[in-house]
Amino acid sequence: MSFWKRIFPTILLMLIAGSALAAGGDLGAVKKSEVNIPAIIMFLVFVAATLGITYWAAQRTKTAKDFYAAGGGITGFQNGLAIAGDYMSAASFLGISGLVFLNGYDGLIYSVGWLVGWPIIMFLIAEQLRNLGKYTYADIVAYRFERVPMRTLAATAALIVVILYLIGQMVGAGKLIQLLFGLEYTYAVIIVGILIIIYVTFGGMLATTWVQLIKAVLLLSGATIIALGALYMASDGSMSPERMFQKAIEVHPKGGKIMGPGTLVTSPIEAISLGLALMFGTAGLPHILMRFFTVGNAIEARKSVFYATGWIGYFYILTFLMGFGAIVLLTGNPEFADPSATGGIIGGQNMAAVNLAKAVGGNLLLGFISAVAFATILAVVSGLTLAGASAISHDLYANVFAHGNVDEQQEVRVSKIATIVLGIIAILLGIAFEKQNVAYLVALTFSVAASANFPILLMSIYYGKMTTRGALIGGWLGLISASVLVFVGPTVWKDILGMGEPIFPLKFPALFSMTIAFVGIWIGSITDNSERAKKEHEAFIAQDVRCQTGIGAEGAASH
Amino acid sequence: MQDDLIHKIKSNPKYHELVSKRNSFKWMMAIIMLVVYYAFILTIAFDKEFMAQPLSAGSVTTVGIPIGVAVILFAFATTGVYVFRANAVFDKLTREIKEEVL
Repeated sequence: MSFWKRIFPTILLMLIAGSALAAGGDLGAVKKSEVNIPAIIMFLVFVAATLGITYWAAQRTKTAKDFYAAGGGITGFQNGLAIAGDYMSAASFLGISGLVFLNGYDGLIYSVGWLVGWPIIMFLIAEQLRNLGKYTYADIVAYRFERVPMRTLAATAALIVVILYLIGQMVGAGKLIQLLFGLEYTYAVIIVGILIIIYVTFGGMLATTWVQLIKAVLLLSGATIIALGALYMASDGSMSPERMFQKAIEVHPKGGKIMGPGTLVTSPIEAISLGLALMFGTAGLPHILMRFFTVGNAIEARKSVFYATGWIGYFYILTFLMGFGAIVLLTGNPEFADPSATGGIIGGQNMAAVNLAKAVGGNLLLGFISAVAFATILAVVSGLTLAGASAISHDLYANVFAHGNVDEQQEVRVSKIATIVLGIIAILLGIAFEKQNVAYLVALTFSVAASANFPILLMSIYYGKMTTRGALIGGWLGLISASVLVFVGPTVWKDILGMGEPIFPLKFPALFSMTIAFVGIWIGSITDNSERAKKEHEAFIAQDVRCQTGIGAEGAASH
Repeated sequence: MQDDLIHKIKSNPKYHELVSKRNSFKWMMAIIMLVVYYAFILTIAFDKEFMAQPLSAGSVTTVGIPIGVAVILFAFATTGVYVFRANAVFDKLTREIKEEVL
């Protein structure tokens, strides 16, 4: 630790100086972006503050429990905000407001789908996760089953979700920073990678939690200012949404069509499948599930979801207002026009919220919201990296490779190495995918999470007759079917590869891949007559008692 | 956990009360949430005109907008209801079970 303490301030200084230099140095290289001084100042303040927190957190991060779960001492309120900070990604902030800007009502359909997963998490898995697990969701999946194959399955599924999600975030980060700060894409991706490596290796879950928490507060306040300011300006000072909608219809190329559902949901099957992926995908995201181990007990876990749902729901309502505000204030405004980009505004539809900030509050608000957007990416990427590193160190290294015989300090060391490796992988993938269309990643990530992680987690908790064999068959089938069906579906097969009509008609295959996973678990379990299966049935009684009462749970008073 | 402790908990009537009350409540809440959400999204799939009709004569705000916002608020409300009932009923039973068996 003393080594880290000595080099830490040096890295901090180098990084601040480096990013300032890089920002200034690339002034002429990037198209359509001038150096935004308020944005850079606010961004540097945020980075300095989070590095300060990381330094503080590093002093308090000594054991494995500190590293993975912030010592279990986060309160329900704090965790609720941190979950919101972990979940409200730049994709939802910029993506949903951009979708509303482009299509109107359809943006709301995504918001609703992403929100309704939260009550399900609360009713079915939040308290249970806390009572049964320790650091990762694989703890629950491996609770009464064969350790090596179950951990391998859970960690593989977790890593796939983490890496897919990381690619989207890194590419988004690079493009966003390029546009906002006038910084070259590659530099931007490298800075993000280095910052998250610092946060996570030094400060573990404690630093990650506070980065997410601060970001949530910044994002919620920034979005509130923009949304209300836009509503005020777009409704001629009346604050009436009706007035804003009227003006939006007048200027939008689709006219009155933006007030009702458009082309996002066409057939009932597609609607059901999309809904399943959005809802249960959320309940299968490893970086979200991991947050439930940071609180002291099931009561706090449940409170976290209540606060998180409130903040996230509020935020989604704001994104809807922002999208309509952007239609009124940006359309036809020469200051923001760029006929070559989607939606006709600078940076394309995904920059609607950012351009709107400038329209509402000038360069100062633009600077603030740019810094917030960047903070958003850092917070989400830190959470993802920590979840991926834990899958490698806690599940694969400690439990599969070393069969549980591993010194705690050694496990934490492996986790830090894994963080650095994942950070570098994230940088490389970010660079490799710069010119790729990453839109399909959302469909893929949520489909895999809903079809592999979620079924084995849910059934581990509730299905007493599940056996190792059933879980392995269902889990792997869910993972493979979700991946293959996204690949041969409309987004990859038709839009990206240009192979003509897709083999599988739905963008989100969750209805089919989840069914395959659950049926696989069920058939694999009921046909399993092995001795091991009998022991696993019996072990369910003890698991269920612990799950229901919290007696014997990690961090609870031992008796 | 030792077998005798598990046996003690399992034979405690309050444990059965806790399990049956909480299980029926949480699955009911989950099903209500699913029904409300699927009512929303299937209405969009089957009857776009219903969602796109004006809220009142002459308004441009459509029926679909308050419905969408209501589903968001409803989701938040269900988490509040669950916390309220868990604090009042389930935590009390859990505390009593712990006092009796530990």
